[in-house]
Amino acid sequence: MTKFTLNGRTVSVQSPADAPLLWVIRDELRLTGTKFGCGIGFCGACTVHVEGRATRSCITPLVAVAGANVTTIEGLHPEGRHPLQEAWLELQVPQCGYCQPGQIMQAATLLKDYPDPSDRDIDAVMAGNVCRCMTYPRIRKAIKLASARMRGGEASDPPA
Amino acid sequence: MTRRPDRGLRLISDLSRREFLVTTIGAAVWLGYAGSGLATPGAPAPAGPFEPTIWYGIDAQGTVTVNVIRAEMGQHVGTALARILADELEADWSKVRVVTVDSDPKWGEMMTGGSWSVWQSFPVLSRAGAAGRMALIEEGARLLGVPAERCTARNGVVQADGKSIAYGDIVARGTLRRTFTSDELQAIPLKAPGERRLIGRDTLALDVPSKLDGTGRYGIDAVVEGMVYARPKVPPTRYGAMVVSIDDSAAQGVPGYLKSLALEDPSGTVPGWVMVYAESFVAASKAAELVKVEWTPGPAAKVAEADVQKRAADLIADPTGGSLLVDDPGVEQALAEAKHKIERTYTTATVMHVALEPVNALAFEKDGVFEIHTGNQWQTLILPVLAKALRRGQDTIVLRSYLLGGGFGRRLTGDYAVGAALAAKALGRPVKMVCTRPDDMRFDCPRSPSTQVVRIAWSDDGRVTAMNHQAASGWPTGVQSPAIMPKGVNGVPYDPFASSGADHWYSVGAQRVRVLRNDLAERTFLPGWLRSVGAGWTSWAVESAIDEAAHAVGVDPVQFRLRMLDGAGRNAGSAPSAVGGAHRQAAVLERLAEKIGWGRTTLPKDVGIGVATTFGQERAMPTWTACAARVRVDRASGRVTVEKLTLVVDAGTIIHPDGAQAQVEGAALWGMSMALREGTEFVNGQPKDTNLDTYAVLRMGDVPEMEIELVPSTEAPVGLGEPATTVVPPAIANAIFAATGARVRHTPIRPEAVLQALAQSA
Repeated sequence: MTKFTLNGRTVSVQSPADAPLLWVIRDELRLTGTKFGCGIGFCGACTVHVEGRATRSCITPLVAVAGANVTTIEGLHPEGRHPLQEAWLELQVPQCGYCQPGQIMQAATLLKDYPDPSDRDIDAVMAGNVCRCMTYPRIRKAIKLASARMRGGEASDPPA
Repeated sequence: MTRRPDRGLRLISDLSRREFLVTTIGAAVWLGYAGSGLATPGAPAPAGPFEPTIWYGIDAQGTVTVNVIRAEMGQHVGTALARILADELEADWSKVRVVTVDSDPKWGEMMTGGSWSVWQSFPVLSRAGAAGRMALIEEGARLLGVPAERCTARNGVVQADGKSIAYGDIVARGTLRRTFTSDELQAIPLKAPGERRLIGRDTLALDVPSKLDGTGRYGIDAVVEGMVYARPKVPPTRYGAMVVSIDDSAAQGVPGYLKSLALEDPSGTVPGWVMVYAESFVAASKAAELVKVEWTPGPAAKVAEADVQKRAADLIADPTGGSLLVDDPGVEQALAEAKHKIERTYTTATVMHVALEPVNALAFEKDGVFEIHTGNQWQTLILPVLAKALRRGQDTIVLRSYLLGGGFGRRLTGDYAVGAALAAKALGRPVKMVCTRPDDMRFDCPRSPSTQVVRIAWSDDGRVTAMNHQAASGWPTGVQSPAIMPKGVNGVPYDPFASSGADHWYSVGAQRVRVLRNDLAERTFLPGWLRSVGAGWTSWAVESAIDEAAHAVGVDPVQFRLRMLDGAGRNAGSAPSAVGGAHRQAAVLERLAEKIGWGRTTLPKDVGIGVATTFGQERAMPTWTACAARVRVDRASGRVTVEKLTLVVDAGTIIHPDGAQAQVEGAALWGMSMALREGTEFVNGQPKDTNLDTYAVLRMGDVPEMEIELVPSTEAPVGLGEPATTVVPPAIANAIFAATGARVRHTPIRPEAVLQALAQSA
């Protein structure tokens, strides 16, 4: 049995210690917002936060998060209204939507590290998150919009 | 002049010729076409003579529920279709909701592809909405005690002379019944474009909110009580592999491992598959790595990409065979006698779908019905295959609909549902089958590699006098749905999805288009439909060759194209969807040239702008598309950077402008991804790349600046999911030439190929 904190609540799970965190969250804890894409950490669909850091849950063994704080898309904001989620809605970012929970979780730590990210920062940090619908231009705009709002007020330099 | 008529595949029932019924059932009113189920070949007759296909309902609160038969895979299709209906219905948009329906014969053909959804549904849903409006006005008038002619409907309310009654209140009376004969239905006036209140205006797409907080349910999220998991062991060849032995001794130690079974498949869809079952996916996946299966591989076990392409070249070299889409007299003579001509060969590599949600399905039998829970694009195609595989009637199988974690044509092929269904049948328990990424890619139905030879001749004054285009590839429709293939002018069936685009709208004098079916490709893998399908490679050849000819003639490539887009003869265009013909293609190209300041800008060294223009996919529903790519070529490394893509698109009436914009963005970037990144090769009968560590796809940092313009139009709405995919690769290649004088003729365009072309051009 492994214990960790998921979206603010303590959970105990039966999955083996080497089970990827992704499948523990999806299949044992039945939170399916975190997605399976490649299984090798090359697409970012499975991105969650472990102690606030964006982490690829498909290659993170359960044992690695014992006692840790894990946050999934379901726990990013109590009403699903994180500034990134609001910007994503406003700019109608998702198409098929499958990668978007991972994109949003990755973008959330991007904005922690770079509250006012440049295009190069976005390119670098978001490089590991694949979107097959190619919503990249809207993801970039939405990150800038959320950044501007989180820094207080509207963007002085409106998203291009 | 011989030419096939402008027709493609028409997979929709002609509902407008049926009765339309408005009827009160319980506390709601339901509206739909009568007995549409009859329109599906082979489908059982509807239960009663008046069972309507219920397209939408209105309840006593005035909530309008629109049933949508199209898969939601990122196009926001439910929003677009519901707005077409709601506009004519004069509904209150805030009270409209969308239900994506499960498979049922009563819906007729269930297929989401070909960029067809809006184009096909527009007439049907417009009339359905208008009929509802008329019935509500008549009943509202009666209830208000005023003549119907004085009533108007707006925002879900019927009003006249200062009195009004809401749709929900009319429904609540329980008296609304109305049948429209097909003649009456045809006579209902549809709204003039200027009276539209929803079409052409932006709205938030209904499917988006659930995609932001993790609540959206995709096929991979489906669960049922008592299910177990399974992962397939995919055999070494797509066809003909036979299981010799299964050794699961090493898997026995995996906690939760159940067993491994070779599937018996009467439909031949998943030959040689072994299913590994466990209590969790983690256990099934781990066990699958440990189970050893010995197969006798099929005959394609040694086939390589080069073999497939050589076969294509051999087919083209043989003047016999193939289907002719266009065959004007005198083509060969004109080409043989021409003083000025070029002959060029263009190729494209195998391309994988890599929809981010790996293929999966949950299957189980319940109350005599086999339920399959999965995202799918063509339910009508896979249901008969499932029936054969499961040895049961189609009427006892249902496909339950979910969001699709990417379609791109992968889920037009429902083969994965067969694997899951057989797995559940073999075990006698509900089974959720999930493919890992390598399973998914090895089992993909990829875009076939293609080889094309294009010859163009011109006169002394630079006028094009003849063009011969020959294309060889695997034919997805030839393998998966041969009965729907139309015939070429020589009577030989052809796959429109492997051919369209070659039959372009340029006036080129004597023209021939010959398409050939690559049998070796089809023996090696299952060719699939992948975003824009054949137009993705035919446009690559046409728009590269036209550009090469322009430069050889010494005429500006835009002017060269415009001269041939004269709308003469067969390129004049016709109703309903191709009004204006080549003139509209010329218009988007001219607008593009104006927009980018074509010919009026000075570019830095090794930076060039290339243009391309296409009609999307089919002549019968052209989406007029023009693209300019501005690229920078690094001569030392051969690396190509796309700095900007500009697109001008005329898709007729635009229903949901922001959704339309998003489709063009995505389609254009798919085109760029296939131009510069995506491609694999077959090695020993299998794709070489089986995950995203080596299979390169477009990522954030690759994305150029983009400018997209949708031409305002009130013509018939056509398609937007794929057209922009077709123009981008040739625009990029033409830009590389403009920047450096180096010509590349293969996609994906790798740096080594650019270096080689640079060396040749030096």
